[in-house]
Amino acid sequence: MRPFSYDRAAGAPGDAGTTWLAGGTTLLDLMKLDVMRPERLADINGLGLAEVRLDAQGLHLGALARMAEVAGNAEVQRHFPVVAQSLALAASQQLRNMASLGGNVLQRTRCPYFRDPSHAACNKRNPGSGCGAMDGANRLQAVLGTSDACIAAYPGDFAQALVALDAEVTLRGAAGERRMRFADLHVQPGTTPERETTLRPGELITGFTVPAGPWAARSLYLKVRDRESYAFALASAAVALDLDGKVVREARIALGGVATVPWRAAEAEADLRGKVLDEASATRAAEAAFAAARTHGENAFKPELGRRTLVRALLLAKRMEA
Amino acid sequence: MPDGFGTDHQRIDGRAKVTGGARYASDVVVGNVAHAWLVTSAIARGRITGFEDAEARAVPGVLEVFTHRNMQGAVAETEFFAKGGYVGSTIRPLESDQVWHAGQIVALVVADTLEAAREAAQRLRVRYAEEAPAAGFDAAGVEVVAASDAGFEDAGVGDADSAFAAAAVKVEASYSTPTQHHNPIELFTTTASWAGGKLTLHEGSQFVHGLKHGIAAQLRIDPADVHVVSPFIGGAFGARGSITQRTALVAEAARRLGRPVKLVPTRAQGFTIATYRAETRQQVKLAASRDGRLQALVHEGWEVTSRPDAYKVGGTATTSRIYACPNVRTKVHMVHADRNTPGFMRSPPELPYMFALESAMDELAYALDMDPVQLRRINDTQREPIKGLPYSSRNLVGCLDAGARAFGWERRSPAPRSMRDGEWQVGWGVATSIYPAHIGTATARVTLLPDGRARVQTAAHDVGTGAYTAIGLAAAEGLGLALERIVVELGDSDLPPAPVAGGSNTTASVCNVVIKACEEIRARRAQGQQGAIEVYAENVPEGLPPDSIGKLYQGRNALGGGLEGGKQAMAAFGAIFLEVRVHDRTREVRVPRVLGAFAAGRIVSPRQARSQLTGGLIWGIGAALHEQTEIDPRSARYMNDNMAEYLVPVNADIRQVEVLLLDEQDTQANPLGIKGIGELGNVGTNAALANAVFHATGTRPRDLPVRIEHLMA
Ligand SMILES: Cc1cc2nc3c(=O)[nH]c(=O)nc-3n(C[C@H](O)[C@H](O)[C@H](O)COP(=O)(O)OP(=O)(O)OC[C@H]3O[C@@H](n4cnc5c(N)ncnc54)[C@H](O)[C@@H]3O)c2cc1C
Repeated sequence: MRPFSYDRAAGAPGDAGTTWLAGGTTLLDLMKLDVMRPERLADINGLGLAEVRLDAQGLHLGALARMAEVAGNAEVQRHFPVVAQSLALAASQQLRNMASLGGNVLQRTRCPYFRDPSHAACNKRNPGSGCGAMDGANRLQAVLGTSDACIAAYPGDFAQALVALDAEVTLRGAAGERRMRFADLHVQPGTTPERETTLRPGELITGFTVPAGPWAARSLYLKVRDRESYAFALASAAVALDLDGKVVREARIALGGVATVPWRAAEAEADLRGKVLDEASATRAAEAAFAAARTHGENAFKPELGRRTLVRALLLAKRMEA
Repeated sequence: MPDGFGTDHQRIDGRAKVTGGARYASDVVVGNVAHAWLVTSAIARGRITGFEDAEARAVPGVLEVFTHRNMQGAVAETEFFAKGGYVGSTIRPLESDQVWHAGQIVALVVADTLEAAREAAQRLRVRYAEEAPAAGFDAAGVEVVAASDAGFEDAGVGDADSAFAAAAVKVEASYSTPTQHHNPIELFTTTASWAGGKLTLHEGSQFVHGLKHGIAAQLRIDPADVHVVSPFIGGAFGARGSITQRTALVAEAARRLGRPVKLVPTRAQGFTIATYRAETRQQVKLAASRDGRLQALVHEGWEVTSRPDAYKVGGTATTSRIYACPNVRTKVHMVHADRNTPGFMRSPPELPYMFALESAMDELAYALDMDPVQLRRINDTQREPIKGLPYSSRNLVGCLDAGARAFGWERRSPAPRSMRDGEWQVGWGVATSIYPAHIGTATARVTLLPDGRARVQTAAHDVGTGAYTAIGLAAAEGLGLALERIVVELGDSDLPPAPVAGGSNTTASVCNVVIKACEEIRARRAQGQQGAIEVYAENVPEGLPPDSIGKLYQGRNALGGGLEGGKQAMAAFGAIFLEVRVHDRTREVRVPRVLGAFAAGRIVSPRQARSQLTGGLIWGIGAALHEQTEIDPRSARYMNDNMAEYLVPVNADIRQVEVLLLDEQDTQANPLGIKGIGELGNVGTNAALANAVFHATGTRPRDLPVRIEHLMA
């Protein structure tokens, strides 16, 4: 860990050298590991930004609302189950008590070559140095959205709920406030895996808006992992359905644990639209979702597990009373 | 009301532990302490060609950067513990430029503050000349050596290969178990301070007298000048049994700086500066007559170890002696690779080797179309087959019967994939557990005070097992006192020596000597002695040489009992019954219940015994489903060296855990009939789980851990 200065942010936008400190559960870990070396921390915990509010437009979430609070909110559980579940199934209770939504969506990959600077090769940490995971220990790494430079998986859960439901993110920066589709926040690694988001330097996430929609109530998050709790996803699916009887009017699907970014499975959604939802159509949609998957050794099982996870999630969502 | 053996009592140190009153090595505050931080090797094989340390030394508060350049010769060479020495690894880290394994200590940075030491360590650049390492079994450049060349006795009897060839029913399969790390919650902390030429060490230790003598030899000082303080230990599991090389480095740094030095290594560093459970590959052949009687058993093992050290797991010593079988052949091989030296980890030989044997027994039961409980019953024996030694007591059949009854085994439908609950396939598995009963030479001092209170002092260790309470109960029994009147002092090298907390010997070794001391006190009281009565006692168990007392005083253990040594075979037994659920689509394996029935001699302290066995069963589940150290085969580095990615069960993974303790009176094993229970619970549990997975799914898991991807076919 390197020396750094610490201030409480007063609400003004930061400059390019400022790193925001929210719950600290990603940032402080990575500072101790010498992976992140910020010079100036600005603590945003005094800024408020903790709203959790439902109205006719949808669900409004402040960037500093804690994971535990949103996961435990009865209204969110009822009207946006996928949001509550994606948070409840993440990390541990202690972490959820500390961690903020804004920090959550910006958590960094768990790729072991990234998290330990004594590994020489990591294009994300040290551009141009190569990728240790490509032919190495990569059981947990991605099969969708990868590039020749990086296969690091996006590890979070909540972001899948946000992309599935077409959420917007609100940002505050030097040029004032702006909003954008949450799906445009994360970028695939391509040739520049060190660039993970479209945030501008010093920009602050202030909140998220999840639009209301007929699918929001019939939604869920299914997370498949090595143990029952407190583990990152091997594969996960955020699913929301608008059904007309057995027929899918609209399906919203995002996949976790398998991709470099929160992954919207648009092909699967298109495949299901207008179809009777059953084992066969769910399987076809799952195949479409993973058609472009590329595996690298230890993660060869992920496309199949991802397909099964999605089928299971779709059939579970169909059975929900919404 | 006097307490004694069998009294159900909470831990006498429980309140101190939950209120923070118990001071672990990491908690100890020493005045004017300087803080150390380790730098460990990024390569697994090669040489250090240089250091760029200007930036590190420039960090304010840095006192010294120790490397082989200034430490060479400081730590003396000492023998590997298995050759009669003290160290768990003979690799002396700052002795030369040579790198033997990834994560080897290459520098020790000491500073006024922890933060400065860490920052400087992170700023230190080490240059290497790297060679391609051999990470494990499949790597080019490993050296395979028969364990018998390093003094291991491969057990055998009869002609197993001919009997196998001729037998009516047979199975043959290969199994593997992974690298696993102990990960005790307390890190490998050491604080060293010198005063007047005398060294005090605060370090969690499973063998304080061993540490005292070993460090003295390493630092070339008089053992009388070493004091090891380790009253509480934040988990050990074998990781703190023999000496790690970091201790001498910290002590030497403190000597040179003239200031106490405290090292708290990171979790990741703990993976490479201490030991671990070696990965194994095993081959088992079993043959039986049609009525299920074993005719042949062949068990071969391959185990990874470091380049210089011949650490042997050697579980065939146990697996060859459990069932009645006239023809047995076993063979163990060590595979020397560019890795740190492995070592003892809870049930070191039995956990991996019983996985293979008890999986193979299940395969044989299916080949015979026989109930797996029945197969074990048929092959029960009161004599081990290798030398024909009688078991001092053995009630495996009682465990199988009581366990089966309590579990509801008769409701199991034997065919694979025949049980189901909604979307979940259900499977029930069984396996035998065994752990050799050891007892060692031990000493203790017991003092009965005139006011009716008593004090027990012995350098035994409570590694979290409840030894304080068990030893207190022995004194209560011996003196006819309530437990509340007894003070127990452990874990200090100034106390009379007791053996290593290993091989589950502590309760047997220490209770026997404490009872001896108490008998002497009672005798003296009967003779009319007044005032405080202090008795020091020694106990050399039957079969151990008289000079084992002298050796113990030099920090060398003498453990007897077990399956091989004496005139009889001594072991505790158990039967594990376990239910799994496997999701029919996404293949998660969950364990709604596990039950262990155990016959383990006299149960001294029932509440702690249950706790140990419960913890053992949980460990066994983790060993089967979760725990695996991932290794990058190219770099021979451990990849998941943290508690987020090195998985152990969390509460949600553990549902119903039931322990049945059978009455067993063993009049032969030792005067008190005590067998160890600390390791018994995790043996066989991994096989019970794998057998249950086979029953649920029809897929036989032969490689641990059992993971989702293994069950997707
Ligand atoms: C052991 C472990 C297990 C975990 N398991 C899971 C899991 O299963 N699923 C899961 O989803 N997550 C998991 N996590 C990750 C955890 O959810 C995140 O660490 C947490 O959500 C981050 O939130 P925080 O407030 O602590 O962020 P911080 O650590 O404070 O910040 C993280 C990053 O975001 C930036 N940042 C924070 N807030 C803002 C803002 N408002 N605007 C702009 N930038 C900001 C920071 O500068 C920093 O770069 C796990 C973490 C650990 C340590």
